[in-house]
Amino acid sequence: MSTALEPQTSPDSQQVAGQSAALRRAGDWARRAPLLPALIFLIIVTQLPFVGTLVISFMNWNAYYPDEVGFAGFDNYRRVLTDVTTRDSIITTIVLTVSVVLVSLVLGLAIALLLDRTFRGRGFVRTMMITPFLIVPVAAALLWKHALFNPEYGLFNGVLTWIFGENAPQPDWISTMPLTAVVASLVWQWTPFMMLILLAGLQSKPLDVIEAAKIDGCTSWQIFRHMTFPHLRQYLELGGLLGSIYIVQNFDAVFTITSGGLGTANLPYTIYQIFYNAHDFGRASAAGVIVVIGTIIIATLALRTVSSLFREEGAR
Amino acid sequence: MTATLDAPRTAAPRVNPPPRNPAGTLLSILAWVIGVLFVLPVLWMVLTSLHSEENAATNPPSLFAPLTLDGYANFFGAQTGTSPWPALLNSLTASVLSTALVLVLAIPAAYALSIRPVRKWTDVLFFFLSTKMLPVVAGLLPVYLIAQSIGMLDNIWLLIILYTSMNLPIAVWMMRSFLAEVPVEVLEAASIDGCSLPRTLRTVVVPMVLPGIAATSLICFIFSWNELLFARVLTATVAQTAPVFLTGFVTSQGLFLATVCAASVVVSLPVLIAGFAAQDKLVQGLSLGAIK
Repeated sequence: MSTALEPQTSPDSQQVAGQSAALRRAGDWARRAPLLPALIFLIIVTQLPFVGTLVISFMNWNAYYPDEVGFAGFDNYRRVLTDVTTRDSIITTIVLTVSVVLVSLVLGLAIALLLDRTFRGRGFVRTMMITPFLIVPVAAALLWKHALFNPEYGLFNGVLTWIFGENAPQPDWISTMPLTAVVASLVWQWTPFMMLILLAGLQSKPLDVIEAAKIDGCTSWQIFRHMTFPHLRQYLELGGLLGSIYIVQNFDAVFTITSGGLGTANLPYTIYQIFYNAHDFGRASAAGVIVVIGTIIIATLALRTVSSLFREEGAR
Repeated sequence: MTATLDAPRTAAPRVNPPPRNPAGTLLSILAWVIGVLFVLPVLWMVLTSLHSEENAATNPPSLFAPLTLDGYANFFGAQTGTSPWPALLNSLTASVLSTALVLVLAIPAAYALSIRPVRKWTDVLFFFLSTKMLPVVAGLLPVYLIAQSIGMLDNIWLLIILYTSMNLPIAVWMMRSFLAEVPVEVLEAASIDGCSLPRTLRTVVVPMVLPGIAATSLICFIFSWNELLFARVLTATVAQTAPVFLTGFVTSQGLFLATVCAASVVVSLPVLIAGFAAQDKLVQGLSLGAIK
């Protein structure tokens, strides 16, 4: 990046260096001016509410008891961390996120490798693959819940009847394996996302070097292990981390498929319930702060990966 | 496993003619089978939406039942009398206006981060990205309380503002990478001719990066159209959006599968159109501009 910008910035900065400090400050502000509306808007709308959450998390505040509002210290945090429901939902969030991200990464990698070849109808297969990602999340969850998983008329049990006839097993998918059902629907939606990112990575690998390695007699396993995979690693990291950020926050699938029942309530859903149904604002905020702390850990890793890709782009 | 590992070997012939070996043919068939499996639930949804309620809920499935538009008629309120049109129009308003607002804010910001960069512009860029990582649910309560106290609950403008903030980081990152490709000479010529910044943006920069702006808009549109949590908590009867309308189908109501599928098809249609139109730029938007 910096190389591309140098010709633009250097004549300016030389000129500016010769002039007075006042002019330079004016120039700085002229540069900043187009940035400020977006920056100020974003700080007001996204950062200030979080400060509010932080303050409320230390308050005793339930909308059903408006006379008892006051300072609570770490009470809300103690209640959140000792409450079985919230602790379970922390574990559910981790299990849900890790399994969806891992399964869709592995599937996405396999499919990206299949699509990184020339064959008849490759563009069409790619379009078919993207389609699940373009179904509105609530609609996708409704589709899985009613049209696929339903024990009486869902497609899955219908196919079982086709194959095994009258005496086919007819499991109630959502009741017997609720979390797996949610994971399956999310994997279906997120595999295309991983596939797109990994395919972009595969198609940017240095073909001339691989060609040279082949001429030197390297096997395809050696090329994959020592050239394709290291090149792909940062794309795997990017896909995994961005996927985690979106899936940690998932609300739509849990809300629609199980309504948070049967041990599938993740943190966003639990916070929604504490706030929307129980009106316990203090406890909801404390749980929100805990989610943010967890996300900051993932986000730091994600930002590091993005910035390494960013630097590589600049070095080109 | 070996099947997937063969792929790098066959990957190189992108410059050469396609492979003619049996393993290659097998892998192509496998790719087709997987593609069909992934699209199958969507096709099933479309087919079911075109069946009558009786034929939609059979076991085993009735593939070749006669087609009808009853499911769509029901979704549009033939039996219940509740029309989804207000919700669909709310979604359209929120998505289109927030996307427009995003562009108005993001294009100048991207200009200040690429063409005439401010000092420490990478830090600013990463600040934008970091706000995207703050979970929505963590700021929800204060937003709700503020909206309640100023009477903005169940008001579409509240969603427009929130969706703008949700998509602004993505748009800044995407637009920055598009603007970085504008040749310097063009901008120098404009400044020599005495063009002001708004005028340069409007008459020189914007026309040059129009495809990029189109892709950014489509991706912002998709994310706004899909959003559920904010809409569910902050709107009620007046400003409810299409995803909130869909949550009315969460609990089973007798024979209603064709109607559910018709509803899902109608609500997903704008996203499908926008997504297929932006297919080539989709990956860039989803990776926040990190991948070209």
